[in-house]
Amino acid sequence: MTADGLRGAARRVSLAWGPMHTFALLALLAAGMGFLPFVKMSLVVNGVVLASIIALGAIGLTLIYGILNFANIAHGDYMTLGAYVALFFAGTLLPSFGAEGGGIGPFTFGYPLLVALPLSIAAVAALAVALDALLYRRLRERGVNAVLISMASLGVAIGLRGLVQMLWSGDVQRLPRESREVWHLPMDVRVPPDSLFIAAVAIVLVAATYLVLSRTKMGKAMRATADNPDLALVSGISTQRVIRWTWVMGAALAATAGVLLAVFQANIIPIMGWKFLIPLFAAVILGGIGSPYGALAGAFIIGVTMEVSTQWINPSYKPAAAFALMLLMLLMRPRGLFGSRQ
Amino acid sequence: MALLEASEVVAGYGETEVLHGVSIAVDAGEVVTIIGPNGCGKSTLMKAVVGLVRVRSGGVAFRGSSIAGMPPERIVRTGLCYVPQTNNVFPSLTIRENLEMGAFVREGDYRGRMEEMFALFPDLTRQPNRRAGSLSGGQRQMLAIARALMLDPALLLLDEPSAGLAPAMVSMVFERVREVNRAGVAVLLVEQNAREALRMSDRGYLLVAGENRLEAAGRDLLDNPDVARLYLGGRAT
Repeated sequence: MTADGLRGAARRVSLAWGPMHTFALLALLAAGMGFLPFVKMSLVVNGVVLASIIALGAIGLTLIYGILNFANIAHGDYMTLGAYVALFFAGTLLPSFGAEGGGIGPFTFGYPLLVALPLSIAAVAALAVALDALLYRRLRERGVNAVLISMASLGVAIGLRGLVQMLWSGDVQRLPRESREVWHLPMDVRVPPDSLFIAAVAIVLVAATYLVLSRTKMGKAMRATADNPDLALVSGISTQRVIRWTWVMGAALAATAGVLLAVFQANIIPIMGWKFLIPLFAAVILGGIGSPYGALAGAFIIGVTMEVSTQWINPSYKPAAAFALMLLMLLMRPRGLFGSRQ
Repeated sequence: MALLEASEVVAGYGETEVLHGVSIAVDAGEVVTIIGPNGCGKSTLMKAVVGLVRVRSGGVAFRGSSIAGMPPERIVRTGLCYVPQTNNVFPSLTIRENLEMGAFVREGDYRGRMEEMFALFPDLTRQPNRRAGSLSGGQRQMLAIARALMLDPALLLLDEPSAGLAPAMVSMVFERVREVNRAGVAVLLVEQNAREALRMSDRGYLLVAGENRLEAAGRDLLDNPDVARLYLGGRAT
C-alpha cells in the first residue's frame, strides 16, 4: 500500500470516529465536573437528562434549517403540542376506556403514555406536513426570503399556542402520576426513575436519526439536498419529498421532546415549548447550524451548563446561562463547533 | 431526428433576458461544443435545457418529445444528465454516496454501474468513503462526471469541465470525456478551453450576446480566422 493510501485510511477512520471522540470527551468533562468539590453531581446528572430532551428538539431544528433554510420558530410549540396530545390520550381518552394501566415498574407514568407517545408523534408530524403544504410551500414557491418565512413560523408558533390554550385552557396540567419513587445514588445523587426513561428514549431516537441519515436512501437524499439543492434536483431527487420527510422527522423528534419534557418537569403548560426555544437555538448555534452532530454536542453542553448554573443562580434564570453561552459562541466562532465554513 | 433539439429558446433570470432565441441540436453519439464570450448565455442555455432555468418561449425536445417546462427531477429521467460548472458534487457526502445519489432514480441495483464508474475513474476507487468536499479539483471533476453518468444517459451536458484545473488534469478530463463519448454517449460541452474542446467536437456553435452567430464543424470553427481572432484568443491553427 502506498503512503498516500495509508493516509486515506487514517482519514477515513478519523471521519467516522471524530464525533465519537468529541462525545467521549464531553462525557468525561461532564463527569469530571461532577467530581469537582464545588459542583453537585446531582446537577450534572440532571443536566444530562435535560440535554437529551434539548438534543431531540435541536436535531430537528437543525435539520429543518439545513434543508428548508429557515429557522423554525414554531419548533418549541410543536413540542408543546406533542405534550398536550399525549396528555389527551394518556390522561383523558385512554382512561375513559378504562385503560388506567397502573404504573410501569418505578416510573411515574403508566402504559397509556407508551401508547400516547407514538400517537402524539403521528399527530404532530401530520400537522407539520399539513402546515408545509398550506403555508411554507406557497411562500417558498413565491421566492419569499428566509427571514420572512421565519416570521411566518413565529405566527404559526403564536397560533398553535392559542389553539392549545383554547382546547386545554392555560392552567397547569399533569400527566397521571402512578409513583413517587426516587433513586438514591452515590455522591448524593437523587434521580427519579423517569430520568432513565427520558435518556433511554432520547438515545434510541438519536441513534435512529443517525441511521436514517447515514444508511437510508431518503436520509442521504436529505443530506444531499442540504448540501446542494440544485444538484439534488438534477440528480432526480424531488425536493418536495425531501422536505416532507424532513418535517416528519423534525416534528416526530419535537413531539417526543415535548412528551419527555412533560415527564421531566412533571407539568404541562401552554408556554413550555416556547420557553424551551432558547436552549434549542443555543444548542443548534453552539454545534453549528445545519449539523445534527453539532446539535447533539451543543445540547450536551447547554443542558449541563443550565443545570449546573442553578448552583449559583436562581433556577428561573437558567435559560440565561444557555443564552450567554450562545452569544459567546457567536462572538468567538460563528460557525459553531461542527458547522461548515460557508 | 436530433437527440436534443432546442429551438428559439428565450430564457433568463428575473428581469434580465439572457437568451434571445437560441437554437442548437445534438445528434446521438455526437460531441458538440458551445463557445462564445463570457456572459453570452452558454451556461444559461444548459440550465434551460435541464430545467433549472425556465424556458420563456421556444422549445426543447429530447428524443422527439418536449421537455421544456418539465421540472429538473423529471427531465433527468428522460436520459439527459448535467454536470454544473461549480458546486457539482455533494461535499459532505462520501464518493460512494455521491454516486448513489447520481443513481437516485435508477430502477434496480446501481452497484454494477458504480463498479463501471470506478473502472472508468480509477482515482475514485482508492478511497470510496472519503468525503467529496476533501477531494482535489481534478478528482472532484471526475466524481461530478461519474455522478452524472450513473443513470447511463444518452446525453451528457458538461459546463466548463476543465475550469480551474491544473493543465495535466485538463487533458485528463478531456481524455475521459472522449472515452465516455466512445461508449456511445452524446456530449454537449461548454468550454473556456475552446481549442481543445473544438478539436474533439463533431460540431460547434458560436453564441454571442444570447444569439446564434455561427454553426460549423469543430475543425472549421477552429480554422475560421475571425473566430480564432475574436473568440479563441489568437490566430487560427
